[in-house]
Amino acid sequence: MMLFMLLFSRQGKLRLQKWYMAYPDKVKKKITRELVTTILARKPKMCSFLEWKDCKIVYKRYASLYFCCAIEQNDNELLTLEIIHRYVELLDKYFGSVCELDIIFNFEKAYFILDELLIGGEIQETSKKNVLKAIASQDLLQEDEAVEGTLRDIGLL
Amino acid sequence: MYPYYEQDWSVLPPENNRRFNPAFNMATIRQAFTEAVERVRMPTPTRLRDLIRQIRAARTAAEERAVVNKECAYIRSTFREEDSVWRCRNIAKLLYIHMLGYPAHFGQLECLKLTASTRFTDKRIGYLGAMLLLDERQDVHLLITNCLKNDLNSSTQFVVGLALCTLGAIASPEMARDLASEVERLMKSPNTYIRKKATLCAFRVIRRVPELMEIFLPATRSLLSEKNHGILITGVTLITEMCENSSDTLLHFKKDSGNREIVPNLVRILKNLILGGYSPEHDVSGVSDPFLQVKILRLLRILGHNDPDASEAMNDILAQVATNTETSKNVGNTILYETVLSIMDIRSEGGLRVLAVNILGRFLLNSDKNIRYVALNTLLRTVHADTSAVQRHRTTILECLKDPDVSIRRRAMELSFALINAQNIRTMTKELLLFLEKADAEFKAQCSSGMILAAERYSPNTRWHLDTQLSVLIAAGNYVRDDVVSSTIQLVSSSPVPEQTYITNRFWESLQVSNHCEDKQPLLQVAVWAIGEYGDLFMYGANEDEFERPTESDLIAVYHKFLTSAQVSTTSKQYALVSLAKLSTRLQQCVEEIQALITSFGSHLNVDLQQRGVEFTQLFGHYKHLRPPLLEKMPAMQISRISSQNGESGGSFDDNSPDVIENGVEGAGNGGGGHSLIESNMNTLGDNTNILLDLLGSTDLSAGGGGDLVAATDLSNSVHKKNSRNANDGGATSAPVSHNQDLLDLLDLDMSSTTNAAGPPTGVGGGGGGILALAIGDNNQTSAASANMNNILGGLDLSGFGSGLVDGSAASIPTNGNDLASMLGGLSGVSSTSAPLASAAAGNLIDGGNLLADLNPTAASNNAALVPPRGPKLTALDKDGLLVQLEPVWGPDCMRIYVTTTNSSDNTLDQYVLKAAVQKSFQLQLVTPSGSLLPPGGVITQEMRVVASSNATLRMRLRIQYLLDGKQQVEQTEVSGFPDQVPE
Repeated sequence: MMLFMLLFSRQGKLRLQKWYMAYPDKVKKKITRELVTTILARKPKMCSFLEWKDCKIVYKRYASLYFCCAIEQNDNELLTLEIIHRYVELLDKYFGSVCELDIIFNFEKAYFILDELLIGGEIQETSKKNVLKAIASQDLLQEDEAVEGTLRDIGLL
Repeated sequence: MYPYYEQDWSVLPPENNRRFNPAFNMATIRQAFTEAVERVRMPTPTRLRDLIRQIRAARTAAEERAVVNKECAYIRSTFREEDSVWRCRNIAKLLYIHMLGYPAHFGQLECLKLTASTRFTDKRIGYLGAMLLLDERQDVHLLITNCLKNDLNSSTQFVVGLALCTLGAIASPEMARDLASEVERLMKSPNTYIRKKATLCAFRVIRRVPELMEIFLPATRSLLSEKNHGILITGVTLITEMCENSSDTLLHFKKDSGNREIVPNLVRILKNLILGGYSPEHDVSGVSDPFLQVKILRLLRILGHNDPDASEAMNDILAQVATNTETSKNVGNTILYETVLSIMDIRSEGGLRVLAVNILGRFLLNSDKNIRYVALNTLLRTVHADTSAVQRHRTTILECLKDPDVSIRRRAMELSFALINAQNIRTMTKELLLFLEKADAEFKAQCSSGMILAAERYSPNTRWHLDTQLSVLIAAGNYVRDDVVSSTIQLVSSSPVPEQTYITNRFWESLQVSNHCEDKQPLLQVAVWAIGEYGDLFMYGANEDEFERPTESDLIAVYHKFLTSAQVSTTSKQYALVSLAKLSTRLQQCVEEIQALITSFGSHLNVDLQQRGVEFTQLFGHYKHLRPPLLEKMPAMQISRISSQNGESGGSFDDNSPDVIENGVEGAGNGGGGHSLIESNMNTLGDNTNILLDLLGSTDLSAGGGGDLVAATDLSNSVHKKNSRNANDGGATSAPVSHNQDLLDLLDLDMSSTTNAAGPPTGVGGGGGGILALAIGDNNQTSAASANMNNILGGLDLSGFGSGLVDGSAASIPTNGNDLASMLGGLSGVSSTSAPLASAAAGNLIDGGNLLADLNPTAASNNAALVPPRGPKLTALDKDGLLVQLEPVWGPDCMRIYVTTTNSSDNTLDQYVLKAAVQKSFQLQLVTPSGSLLPPGGVITQEMRVVASSNATLRMRLRIQYLLDGKQQVEQTEVSGFPDQVPE
């Protein structure tokens, strides 16, 4: 099971955080700080795995963003890399050649996509098409609501 | 700015793609409406996008803080005003602010309000906020349970989805219990979107509350017969969790899983995946749904573990996966990795295991670091099951020691240690030494300890072992743990003499290399220890290996360099100082230089070094004859360490190591408060008694005044001489050298008479030990040559610790450094106890028997009412008409011993004193005797009380003193055969 996932930039700025374990806020901040410094200090040629406390850290850099996941001892590290990659593919499909700015300005969408891929730290859907379909349908639901609301506001409905 | 204009931006078919169709899509219409509305409604909150822009535009952290604080203040005010129109937008902004690390807890309740809204947009942001801002440690989070319950029953699948997702992320045990039945209901939903989410929710619920597992068991039946991969993978995940959680459930699944047995079912799904042909929906670089494959392989591993039948059923498919998976990409290796783990964990066929280890061997050669890491990790897991298979990859593993990646090096190092055996120890050590030399600081400690352990277990011979220890010390430098230092010293000390000579020479050579003494202090410590210990062999022993030997002055010069260098640690200097002292008895010429160097430490700033300096200086002065026995070679040390695989338990050795090394003269330091007294006692025991006499003399004088000194008994005559010399400034008088025996007698008399005369409650507890000790020293003194310091000290030792029985013979005590140390320790005990007694002792000293005589009347009256004793009588002494009988009687909490002394001779015995000593495990109290004068036919009675703190058999030593015709008579005797305690 994945314990948490962090996205941060090369400058160490946090871009997304998803916690599947209940840590107090202070601990979350401490973990984030420690991991960001440790990972940023590692050289690009090094392997993607770190042993950290009682869990394993799997991270991968995509352009200027680091995707970093903590998994349990008996989880498959290589598969976690695939999950990260799958998430990046989904973001890419959704935003269209995604860049860091997309995730900054649409961070809520990035969360929504992740929530359609993973629940409780486990993968729920292995088909990209299904994930994107679900996201698109929900976006549509929101838009319809917005239009409806606006029309109501100006008295057309 | 946004690449929205690309052709393939969305998976939606063009007719649904309404968002960014220029001009007429709904978004633009909405935009126009919103702007129109916003023009009417004032003021409008900043939009999320604008806020992000503002924050990003901030040039300094302070500027950013200002923007955030302003916005937060505004958001708070809208929350207060219960503004529901913009709540969603404000929460979204707050979530962004939260991600930047600012506090956002004030949004928690607003998130709950959003989730309770009917609008999907509100719910979406509200649940997102709840997942980010709430966790189960906050009480607020329980309020969300009701919202979740409502939404789990919603007719919109996406609302149900949101609720399930939130539950999966922040479910606390309470929440899990409350909502488990809802989740179970949704698990049976025909809607796959809801069903897969509910299944993972069930997984989380079980994680939090394992007892809830049973509710979900029936619903798992049909999960594996689905075609939808989402349901399959979540179902496998849930079943895996259940099987890992309880062995009963594991059995349940093995026996009954719907219509088909679970193992063939999983095998079928896996087979369909690998043979089913290309399916674009689930394909990842040519592998069909690796996520599902890995999950199934893992569940198979759990099912096949220790189950021959299940293992048999999955052998074929595992072999198929292992051979058919394409390995050019990470995905393929992911599956192979999981397959190897499963093969190693189940009762698989031998051929399959070979295949698995070969896959790992291929992994080791892979250019991808991640694959290499995984291979090392897996080999480490399987090395204990199948060492020979892993041994074949030894060279590759050793190559990995040179990898630039720290994670890989660590794994390789651990694996290397696991692979060492008696056959490959030489080559492995060679490689590991190379690694150790270049390793980062974090590895050096662990690696050196690991190598020492391996060498201990498998070394082919002593010479090689010693060489290895030396190499490790050189390679790891200051990072060596203390356990390596102590184990090396132990090893050297238990080696045969030629090896000791050899390694001492090697140590000397290694010290010649520049910077070795600063950068490799553990090496320095071991080296000086060996040179000090085996200095004679090193300088003058047989030189078989034809080492170049330094001259004595060269050697001293090197020591001088260490001892004065600022870079050498105090610990190393301590070693060097002890070593130097030892060398003084092993070298032939340079003793003066050594003495000068040691003496210079008498004023060292470091207290410990100064103490050593002062102590050792004493051994060059008046007591130089003490030096050779004190500084004798240590006996071979026992190797008593518990082997630990990774050396992590080194801590337990650390405590021992200083003792092991320094148990020579250093033990004296334990004396603590009585330390200066140790010093003086040491002096006293030689031919110059003045320090001890000073001690006694001064108390003496202060207590009673010097004038009475003349009245002393002849026992303390010698003391008097000294005393008068010291006290009365009799510098000119060259009094005859006091004999040690007298001194001991003196001490003996002093303290025991204190006990007797004053009868303090502490009588035998602390001070008694001392008395005992001194008395024994005295005893042995008479039998052994009085010049034998060791024996005297030995006697003191015994008594000081009080551990020995009264009859403990000092002659049996080995005279090596160990014992000397404890002797000194013992002495310190004596001297510290003697201090409080000194004043009382002084009186006795001054007046001789007079004091006791004075006490007689009171004592006699005290004892007049003595209870008539009963019980068996023990005769302690029957000599020349003097009969001493003991009558032990058990009381409720102690044994009372009534001592009756009768005089049937024709002589009058004056100043009769009876002293008694018992083992340490007893406490003895002497009550004042009925008198001290024994006329012919006279009787003296005295009571003793003995309290036992253990079940040991009581033995008692008695010492009887009296004046017969003005001459001191002393009788000693031992009494045993006291009755055991009557059980109550």
